[in-house]
Amino acid sequence: MTATAPDGEGFAIAPDLPPLIAEPPRRGRVATFVRRHPTIVLGAALLGLMVLIAVCAPWLGTGDPQALSPAKRIRAPSAEFWFGTDSLGRDVYSRVIYGARTSLLVGIVVALAATVAGVAVGLVSGFVRWLDPIVMRVIDGLMAIPSVLIAIALLGIARGSVVNVIVAITLAEFPRVARLVRGVVLSLREQPYVDAALACGSGGGRIMLRHILPNALDPIIVQATYIGASAVIAEAVLSFIGVGTPPTVPSWGNIMAEGRALWQVKPYIVFFPAVFLCITVLGVNLLGDGLRDMLDPRVAKRA
Amino acid sequence: MAALLEVENLRTHFATRNGVVRAVDGLSFHVDAGETVAIVGESGCGKSVTSLSILRLVDQPPARIAGQIRFGGRNLAALGEAEMRDLRGNEIGMIFQEPMTSLNPLLTIGRQIAEPVMLHQGLDRVAARARALEMLTLVGIPAPERRLDDYPHQLSGGMRQRAMIAMALACNPKILVADEPTTALDVTIQAQIIDLMRDLQRRTGSAIILITHDLGVVAEMAARVVVMYAGRKVEEADVATIFTDPRHPYTRGLLGAVPRPGSRGTNTRLAEIPGSVPSLIKPLVGCAFAGRCPKAGDICRRAAPAWREVGPGHGAACHFAAGAA
Repeated sequence: MTATAPDGEGFAIAPDLPPLIAEPPRRGRVATFVRRHPTIVLGAALLGLMVLIAVCAPWLGTGDPQALSPAKRIRAPSAEFWFGTDSLGRDVYSRVIYGARTSLLVGIVVALAATVAGVAVGLVSGFVRWLDPIVMRVIDGLMAIPSVLIAIALLGIARGSVVNVIVAITLAEFPRVARLVRGVVLSLREQPYVDAALACGSGGGRIMLRHILPNALDPIIVQATYIGASAVIAEAVLSFIGVGTPPTVPSWGNIMAEGRALWQVKPYIVFFPAVFLCITVLGVNLLGDGLRDMLDPRVAKRA
Repeated sequence: MAALLEVENLRTHFATRNGVVRAVDGLSFHVDAGETVAIVGESGCGKSVTSLSILRLVDQPPARIAGQIRFGGRNLAALGEAEMRDLRGNEIGMIFQEPMTSLNPLLTIGRQIAEPVMLHQGLDRVAARARALEMLTLVGIPAPERRLDDYPHQLSGGMRQRAMIAMALACNPKILVADEPTTALDVTIQAQIIDLMRDLQRRTGSAIILITHDLGVVAEMAARVVVMYAGRKVEEADVATIFTDPRHPYTRGLLGAVPRPGSRGTNTRLAEIPGSVPSLIKPLVGCAFAGRCPKAGDICRRAAPAWREVGPGHGAACHFAAGAA
């Protein structure tokens, strides 16, 4: 194998071996990210599209989503009414596009509020030992109440509004975050670096916010996306059964509710909001799955 | 001169599902300013609990600490939590066994060393960073300016232990508690860390409580040795006396179990201490070591031996301590 001839001065020269693996082609950072995390990119794209639609609703060829025109009731999709009209003659296309605002608003606000509340409760519960059993029993109790019941109770106290819907879903969802955070805190507080921080004189608050919370952030972010997705569905469910968003505010749930009576003869009234709902939830869930794969080192990495 | 730290009749018990574990039961020793005292013993004899008790880092409950830990005219066992926090990392520093996990993976080395300085000395971020740089230089980390912004995973085990030492010493503590500082490191790095600690002690004048089961480290560093067994002190002497004239059979057993160069190849079997540390849940009757002791007599199984002086600064808790080796 050492075929290289000794040179004139009598030194033996080692042969130059070619690499076994061809140098991988260099890609830009964006291309690498897309290749590694296709689900994040796809999910973010779908969600981004929905956000764009919601933000640009007035400029997407929509009319007033509340405008009634009894003469043009229950029209099938046409060039004039892309998604048809409902039983009061309202333009379903305009209502679905404006409905995206309600659904996304509820999804995002609930995801944020439930995460913040859950993190606060979970951190304290996991860190303060004597408080833990008390807080966890209260959380158990909250988890036993379905969000529909909370929404109905709130509807009884105040008038139906988007805020009510947000509060009801948040109350139903935040215990899940609290439990997750508490579990993570319980394992993190036994980490040697927490002891080391204590040995340096750090107090409880500092330990929680500087040493435990940042290390618990990955599962919290993933959980927040799932909560966003389930909040969008929950809003639709509450509106569909009539305890959610008031009829004056279009949401995918109440558009479907209004189309329910006619769905066997005019299925498009239910169909279009349902498709938008599915795409949104799919996008958020894909994003959540992709984030989990990226942030959790235990999930096997594909090359 | 009064001792810097005086531990008197320290008892740390843990309530567990199976009963009360008497992890430390009546331990007394003292540390003078600038002195290195080693606490040795095998696993489960209460060394680490002793160090954690001094800093009050055991959760109470389930634990209970009793006795006196006098430091700077105060009894640490009875101090309020806020005052205790002021002492930790400031007047008493601590380094831990696992350098791989004792640093927060999400904070840079510089931030972590700066944390106790900002906390105790009220320095602002810039000044604390300068102090962190100074400490990294002091513990011999190459290119410290660059390492300041590195995360723990970018450092090797030895480097991380140096960073831990820098963090523990950043506020110039009067006492450094080192809980098995070299156990998780390989031998060449162990030697470097021991050299470093000796060198730093000479420069900063801090006392060291060295918790270890490595008698080689003890011989290298300690001035005095406290031998612990089953939560109690069984022998105490200066380092030379421990190695030349051990009186307690347990100390002799520990020394006999150290491999020596030269004995290799002669096919001699390494001496061992038969059996293991007794359960600390059941109250001990007689001498805790009686079940494993080659010299144990009837008296040892009936009554626990009292502490007795056998020479200047040399004592042991053994009925037969007075006898020659």
